[in-house]
Amino acid sequence: MSGREAILGKVRTALKAKAGDTVRLAAVNERMAKSAPGIIPARGQLPAKERIDLFCAQAVKLFASVERLASADAVPAAVAGYLRQKNLPQSVRMGDDPRLSDLPWSQEGALEVRHGPSDGNDEVGVSHAFGGVAETGTVVMVSGADNPTTINFLPEHHIVVIDATSIQGDLETAIAGIRARFGKGEMPRTVNLISGPSRSGDIEQKLILGAHGPRALHLIVVGG
Amino acid sequence: MQITSPAFKQNAKGALADVQLQQALGNVRSGFIDKRLKAVEALPEFEALRDSARAIKDHALANLDLYLEAYEKKVVASGGHVHWAESAEDARNIILDICRKANAKTVTKGKSMITEEIALNDFLEEKGIRPVETDLGEYIIQLRHEHPSHIIAPAVHVTQSQVEADFRRVHTHLDAARDLREPEALLNEARKVLREEYFAADVGITGANFLIAETGTSIIVTNEGNGDLTQILPKMHIAVASIEKIVPTLEDASQILRVLARSATGQDMSVYTTMSTGPRREGDVDGPGEYHVVLLDNGRSSMLGTEFQEMLRCIRCGACMNHCPVYHAVGGHAYGWVYPGPMGAVLTPSLIGVDKAGHLPNASTFCGRCESVCPMKIPLPKMMRHWREREFERGLNPAAARSGLKFWAFFARRPALYQAMTAIGMPLLSLLGGKSHRFGWLPLAGGWTRHRELPAPQGKTFMQQVRSARSAGAR
Ligand code: SF4
Repeated sequence: MSGREAILGKVRTALKAKAGDTVRLAAVNERMAKSAPGIIPARGQLPAKERIDLFCAQAVKLFASVERLASADAVPAAVAGYLRQKNLPQSVRMGDDPRLSDLPWSQEGALEVRHGPSDGNDEVGVSHAFGGVAETGTVVMVSGADNPTTINFLPEHHIVVIDATSIQGDLETAIAGIRARFGKGEMPRTVNLISGPSRSGDIEQKLILGAHGPRALHLIVVGG
Repeated sequence: MQITSPAFKQNAKGALADVQLQQALGNVRSGFIDKRLKAVEALPEFEALRDSARAIKDHALANLDLYLEAYEKKVVASGGHVHWAESAEDARNIILDICRKANAKTVTKGKSMITEEIALNDFLEEKGIRPVETDLGEYIIQLRHEHPSHIIAPAVHVTQSQVEADFRRVHTHLDAARDLREPEALLNEARKVLREEYFAADVGITGANFLIAETGTSIIVTNEGNGDLTQILPKMHIAVASIEKIVPTLEDASQILRVLARSATGQDMSVYTTMSTGPRREGDVDGPGEYHVVLLDNGRSSMLGTEFQEMLRCIRCGACMNHCPVYHAVGGHAYGWVYPGPMGAVLTPSLIGVDKAGHLPNASTFCGRCESVCPMKIPLPKMMRHWREREFERGLNPAAARSGLKFWAFFARRPALYQAMTAIGMPLLSLLGGKSHRFGWLPLAGGWTRHRELPAPQGKTFMQQVRSARSAGAR
């Protein structure tokens, strides 16, 4: 008998369930079909303006830095400014997301923009978020050639551009957005929910920023 | 790993005398409790979310066979592979097999209690594959050839100066004169050393906090980002998870996530919550080329349908041990196997047998703090009591305890005799207690009186007091 049959058999015996019980199966399928949200905390359930403000405030609490821009066209200048302020080389790595690559990077003459996944030699990575969650100051990142997952983790500084209109009150609404994009029951390879820069408390419970992921997370909120 | 649970008493004695350990345990007592409380108080819906989380897991467990099948279907549909392991040995062999097919020499690992449970590292090493732990705490204890002493803070028993000494001992390729006095310097050094390992690894192994039946997704939760580098850089990702990690939908996971991070570290959300589904997709420019899930039973299915089923709701947050006076006193290693504290006292006998782990459910003051903070509302003290009952039924307690209980039970079943005996016994004992009203020594009670005195009974027996109170009330 295979491990599969043995385990399922033991589980069924313990639950006093029969294989092929259509009533149970229907209940389970219905539950997955509905994917109902449970209890949603009131904290993030706010009108757009307050929701975006909450997102920014929560992110700052997690030691992310936040910058707000009225229009996406100002992103390249903001990125160059961030690099100057942090004394970093004028060079960034990003994927092929047209929401980023279509921006006027050439206006920042000194800024080198490299495309493709990170190989670990990038000081700064720039990504575009799929969405955000105001309740916890979280950005939602989706894998693909547009925004390769390695850029979320390998660079020392991670700059995330997020459209203010994609910031939801709660994680459940963000999940519904992923479902709407990729189809019911379907997922991209990786979804990263990122709440602040990486950290560790493993040495005597002291909080230290910059563990294995980025030491700094800079959010550029566009619009709103 | 060698099981030392049968030696709990000796382990505990050693732990109490260990100065460095006691210093380190101070961090548990002071840190975790306040952080959790603050986070919980800031979320008015916390209690309701606990109930919601409990209901989700109860439902998933009651339909576990069906959700496992649904989950498997989705993993396969997204291009992944599912392997079923009945025992720890099966799981080890399955993982070895996958690693060999990938010609793996180095394997990086995200933090995973399940791989501790199946003692994967020693096994891989024996077979010529080098496992590298990447969570800072796990890395530290791997260097020390130790095991985790806490399920979310594996190196909580190690002090900063011990970490420094270990790094100097192992990282001999680095400048001996380097400054490692600050914890930041230690973290930086681990970051640099492990960066190279991520890129060198052929396979990345992680655990899973949740498996989602609806989508075939595995979810891990970390703060360091090591679990992510472990799974996206090598050509293959293996997720090892026990069968009870299943929940129906992403929304269900989202509910439980809200109580998980708050209960564990007092965060609203951990820094990285990562949902992994299958291997990299066509057009993807990074991510693992192969994705395997190893589903481990190893005794879980025999807890289903018993008085221990509720333990399968556990989400390994660690709150029960963070609030446990026994854990605070002796730390995690004294428990002698992978899972310490109250959750370990219930789970360990289920997984390795009450004959080996019978001391653990006895190492409890029944103060009830574990149950009161458990986000999944697991009745831990009740289940420890169940283990004590089973232990008694199977005659595993020491002879003195058994005959003592029988002796007491004889009288307890005969109330008239019991009251008569206590009415004689009390004044007698009171007299023997002398002026101090205390015993420094008593026959058969040496275990107690060696360390403290026993107060001598005084005044009237309970029943006598009840009677006089009643007649006073009647007047
Ligand atoms: S028993 Fe409860 S408190 Fe303890 S680790 Fe499990 S879920 Fe957390």
